[in-house]
Amino acid sequence: MDIKCTERNGNLVVRIVGEIDHHSADRIRHTAEREFYNSGAKNMVFDFAHVAFMDSSGIGMIIGRYKELKKVGGKVYAINIGPEVNRIFDISGLRKIIPCYASLDEVASEGR
Amino acid sequence: MFENKMELSFLAKSENEAFARVAVAAFMTQLNPTLAEAMEVKTAVSEAVTNAIIHGYEQMGPENMVSVTCRLVGKEMFVEIADHGRGIADIDQAREPLYTSKPEMERSGMGFTVMEEFMDGLEVVSELGRGTTIILRKLIDG
Ligand SMILES: Nc1ncnc2c1ncn2[C@@H]1O[C@H](COP(=O)(O)OP(=O)(O)OP(=O)(O)O)[C@@H](O)[C@H]1O
Ligand SMILES: [Mg+2]
Repeated sequence: MDIKCTERNGNLVVRIVGEIDHHSADRIRHTAEREFYNSGAKNMVFDFAHVAFMDSSGIGMIIGRYKELKKVGGKVYAINIGPEVNRIFDISGLRKIIPCYASLDEVASEGR
Repeated sequence: MFENKMELSFLAKSENEAFARVAVAAFMTQLNPTLAEAMEVKTAVSEAVTNAIIHGYEQMGPENMVSVTCRLVGKEMFVEIADHGRGIADIDQAREPLYTSKPEMERSGMGFTVMEEFMDGLEVVSELGRGTTIILRKLIDG
């Protein structure tokens, strides 16, 4: 599993390549948190384009970031969700608290 | 009678979570599962194995083993995931959506719900101080 973080217009884009389980969720949590504070971004965007597997450890990791960012007035978004991850988003009700978009451009145009 | 069977046993370390679910998925290819079926089984196995590691044993130890047994009966697949850890005091409560005994570890309490959603059967056998066995069942009809 590989994580790439880039700052784009106030959004920290966290691009995950690989599988999200208990083992990798801990690393994603630490990296995303560190990069978020280093970058000075306002929001966090998880890019799922290269995630073919996620279990409930991913749910906890995303809700954890949602709560963390809420404290500082930031939001968490999800983009490029494929069919595998989609089922987990549906079952867990994640979609109700994490806005999901097809691309980063759609996140950027939110609320315009 | 089962028609095919395999058994795995590994140390309760998070590094082994991916190994366990991939091994089960590889074993089940003989039933020609769809991509969706294979993903569902992988996810359910990952949930049960992760639970054994983080809830069953809590602390790392050289004797902490998790076993995974797969049986194929016709088009049905049975997967048993067992630990010899602390056990579950209240199984009904544990199976409730959103219940977690470890909220401070960023657990969502959705593991059992995911297993139920993705499989056709889920049985939990547990005894305090002795361990937990999860029995998953799924019809693989391609
Ligand atoms: N093998 C086990 N040994 C001991 N307790 C367990 C075991 N499996 C589950 N439990 C108990 O059942 C609860 C619910 O499990 P479940 O997988 O649904 O949620 P979770 O593991 O807490 O969170 P999540 O799976 O969403 O990360 C756990 O919090 C734990 O208390
Ligand atoms: Mg769990």
